[in-house]
Formats: sequence, C-alpha cells, structure tokens
Amino acid sequence: MGVEIRVEDLTKSFGKQLIWGDVSLTIPAGEICVMLGPSGTGKSVFLKTLIGLIKPDRGSIIIEGTDIASCSERELYEIRKLFGVLFQDGAMFGSMNLYDNVAFPLREHTKKSESEVRDIVMEKMDLVGLVGAEDKLPGEISGGMRKRAGLARALVLDPEIVLFDEPDSGLDPVRTSFLNQLIVDLNAQIDATFLIVTHDINTARTVPDNIGLLYHRHLAMFGPREMLLSSEEPVVRQFLNAQRVGPIGMSEEKDADELEAEKGQELPPLPPIPMQLEPSNGIPRRSQREPGAWCRDNGVVPPPGSFQENMSMATGG
Amino acid sequence: MSSLTAARVLAPIGTAGKLFAFALDVLRALFRRPFQLREFLQQGWFIASVTIIPTALVAIPFGAVIALQVGGLIAEFGAQSFTGSASVLAVVQQAAPIGTALLIAGAGGSAIAADLGARKIREELDAMMVLGIDPIQRLVVPRVLACMMVAFFLNGMVSVVGVAGGYVFNVVLQDGTPGAYLASFTALAQLPDIWIGLIKALVFGVIAAIVASYKGMNAAGGPKGVGDAVNESVVITFMLLFVVNFVLSAIYLQVVPPKGG
Repeated sequence: MGVEIRVEDLTKSFGKQLIWGDVSLTIPAGEICVMLGPSGTGKSVFLKTLIGLIKPDRGSIIIEGTDIASCSERELYEIRKLFGVLFQDGAMFGSMNLYDNVAFPLREHTKKSESEVRDIVMEKMDLVGLVGAEDKLPGEISGGMRKRAGLARALVLDPEIVLFDEPDSGLDPVRTSFLNQLIVDLNAQIDATFLIVTHDINTARTVPDNIGLLYHRHLAMFGPREMLLSSEEPVVRQFLNAQRVGPIGMSEEKDADELEAEKGQELPPLPPIPMQLEPSNGIPRRSQREPGAWCRDNGVVPPPGSFQENMSMATGG
Repeated sequence: MSSLTAARVLAPIGTAGKLFAFALDVLRALFRRPFQLREFLQQGWFIASVTIIPTALVAIPFGAVIALQVGGLIAEFGAQSFTGSASVLAVVQQAAPIGTALLIAGAGGSAIAADLGARKIREELDAMMVLGIDPIQRLVVPRVLACMMVAFFLNGMVSVVGVAGGYVFNVVLQDGTPGAYLASFTALAQLPDIWIGLIKALVFGVIAAIVASYKGMNAAGGPKGVGDAVNESVVITFMLLFVVNFVLSAIYLQVVPPKGG
C-alpha cells in the first residue's frame, strides 16, 4: 500500500557549492509525485539522497521510522528492499541478458525456485512489453527498451516506493506518453509511492498527484498538481509553462538588468489545466482526486478551458 | 590560502586512508555469507587466462638473465658449481613473486579496474546497492580471492620455469654441468625461501586486487575516468609492490638467517 517519505531540512553541498538547502516535504503514501527543476539543480542528487547513495550534510529522510540519512549500513540495505529505482539509462548489468537482469534481485534476495522466478520475471516482462527480448544483452537493444527493462527489474521485488530518474530523457514523444500511461497503470495496480524526477513539462502536467519544483538551491514549491498549475508564483509559472519571461535564465538566474528589461512585459495568460492521465482500464486510482477538486476546495478559479476532454496538450509559449 | 595548501599537501594521506578503509571493508565482507563461488571461479579463470602465457614468457628470460649474469661473475671466482644455487635463490625469493605480481597487476588488475570502472559510470554499482546488494561483497571479495589464488599458483609456475630456464642457459651456453647445477640447489637456498616467495605472492595478489577494485569503484567523469582509473591503479600497484617487497625481504632476512654464510 505504499510508504510515506518524510524529508526534513535536507541540505547537501559538494565542497563549497550548495546544491540545495532546507528541503522539507512529505511524499504521501501511494501517490504519484513529480520533482521538477531546471537542468543542474540537483534533482538526481535529491533522488540519490533518498535511497542513501549520497549522504546529506544535514536533515533527515524518514521512511517507516528509519532515518536514511543517519542509519547504519545494515539498516540501509534492509530499507532499500522497499525501493525500486529506475535509473536514467536503465543501469542494466551489461554482462547478463535481460532475463537474468530482471531475475537478479529475486535470485539474490529470495529462495524462490527457478520456475517461480520464471513466472514472476515473465509477468514483469509482459507488463513492460518486453516478452520475446529476454535473451538480448543490454548492449543490443535501444535506449527505450533498456528503460523498460530497468523498470521491470525495479518492480520485481514488489517495491513500496518506486523512484524514476528522468524516465522520459532520450525517448520520443510517443514512447514517453506510453511510458507515462504505464506509470499511471502501475500505480493503480500496485499502489506504491511513486516519485518521478524529470524536466518534461508534459509529464509534470498530466501524470502526478503532486508536483515539487527545485529552483535556485531550494524547494520553491511542493503541493497538489492543480495548486502548482494554477499558481501565479513567477518561478513556478515560468517553468511549468516553458516561458522565457520570468526569473529563470539560460544559466541559472537572470541578473537584475535582465529582470528590469522584462518588467513591462505582460505575462501570457496561464494555459488551461489538463485532465490528469487516468489508468487505461478506467478504474480510478486510490489516490486520484476529482478534476478541479483542489481548485474548488481552495477557492481558486482555474484558467478558462481547464479540465476539458480532448484539450490540446500544447503549453502556452 | 594556507588552508588550501594544507588541504593539497594532506590530500594523498586522505587517499591512502580511504584505500585502507576500503581494504578493511573488503576484509569485513570476506566473512559475510553467502560466498559468491560462481563469481570467484569465473574471475579466477579469467585472471589465469590473461596472465599464464605472459608470465611464462617473462619467466624464461628472467631465469636466463640471472644465470648469465651470476654465472659469468661466479666463474671469475671459480665457483661455477654454485650457479644453480644463486639462480634458485634469486628466482624463488625475488623474481617469482615480483614477476607474478607485475603480471597480476598489469593484466589482471587493469582488467578488474576497467570492468568495475565501466560498471560504476553506467550506474550498475548504484543499481546493485539499491537492489540491496553490497558490491564489495558481491564483486570485490571474489576478485581479491581469485587474484590471491592465481598469484599463488603463478608464483609456483614462475619458480619452476625460471629455474628451468636458468638450467638450460647454464648447461647449454655456459658449459655448466647438469649435476653441479642441481646439486648446488641446497647449498645456499633453503625451504623457508619457498614459503616467503609464496607469502609474497599472496600479499601482492591482495594489493593488486584491492587497489584495482578501489580505483575502479571510484572512477568518475565518464569514459575518460575509467581510463584514468586503470592507469592509476597499475601505477599505484607497482609502486606499492616494490615498497612492500622491500619490507618483506628485509623482515625475512632478519628472521631467517641466510644459509651457509
């Protein structure tokens, strides 16, 4: 049923360079969250900190009562069994074929017989649409297939938390939307907590229940999807709508002169909020909320044209 | 500024400390079950297959050079019948473990560093840790043990091939008598010489494997980082081997007095 991740005052720097500071957020159990941010704001570092591959300088990450930032190595290896992680390039073991790759966690961690392993592996391969490619080596297949194989391996131990490191990088738009649909379907099926790190706006606008935005070495905002998509906050608005006008510049921040020059420019209106992607079988996910529910509860008027079927996916520019 | 200089001066000590800490981690993981027998056998076979032939080819001229040099010198003193003894002493005590170690480091160690380095930059090691498997226990321990085993056996092979090479050169080229060569074996050499040779080979195997694994697992910065890691691991191993060889030889000569002196 998924596990909650509580992050408190997390700070990390490499040498003298602060990556991000005082990040506090709670990733609710069983929901899909997206962590956004311009390139180079430490999104991947954040993800690696959550699984204990990188130790933060300060703060805590609490999962089922264990603080990942300060627990012993033994506890860390124990708690990692709750996780499934999809790495950017799939991170398949190059010396094994796809079948052995997916079976690897089962063979290492369980005492299942080879025929049970086979059943589970084939089920996961079927889930990601890779049946028939079991005997291929990771070097022989495309990046998209490697990603799907990585996903199958991440799911094989029935994780409570699944982390995705840029699932859409290097994939074409069609494959990306298939993968997004797969993520939503998976969440409906296994009810695990999902965290997706990306900078693809389409994914961020349609997939998650919650969105977070890392910017300028801190967490700019974290909250329900509709809250961020209807937000007038300059950074959030600029990023989620892929606009040039706003505080984010080509290299990190714009300087005062550039901001001054933009002052008179009128911001384009917020584009309508799209419908959230639904599971393909039509049965709503447990954590899914009714479209527009947040806006109604908080008295926010969504941009005109929001929550209509078949609306254009294009974001305002 | 002063702190910057201090940091730069102290940096090598930090690296040495990390290497030592890594060695301790390996030692601790050595006793953790389950033991990775398959990986151990595969690695042992792989390291042996890349080192056996070069080692044999290095051992023959090694034995021959010692026979030629020592043989020439010894003939001046009219002690030609001791050539066999000299070459046994030189080959078994020094040449065999060093030659073995250089090939283990150069052929086996570089392959280990390249393999682990490539896994590191492809995030395979991260993936493994996330799957709840300790790469030190899963990958490094079998490699260290495989290196030790192969070094142990190669050392024996180099000893035999080196002494045989010396025999051929002494008897065929320097007109030594076969009987004198063989009979003089025990004149200067003694049994502990073989033990120290084997101990050295084991220690060198450990050093080569640990340095290569450490460098490979800490490769950073893409494919170039892997190349650098391989390069550094071979250079560092060579330097460490010669220092350790000196220390072990000095201790041995103190503990076991040379025979016939």
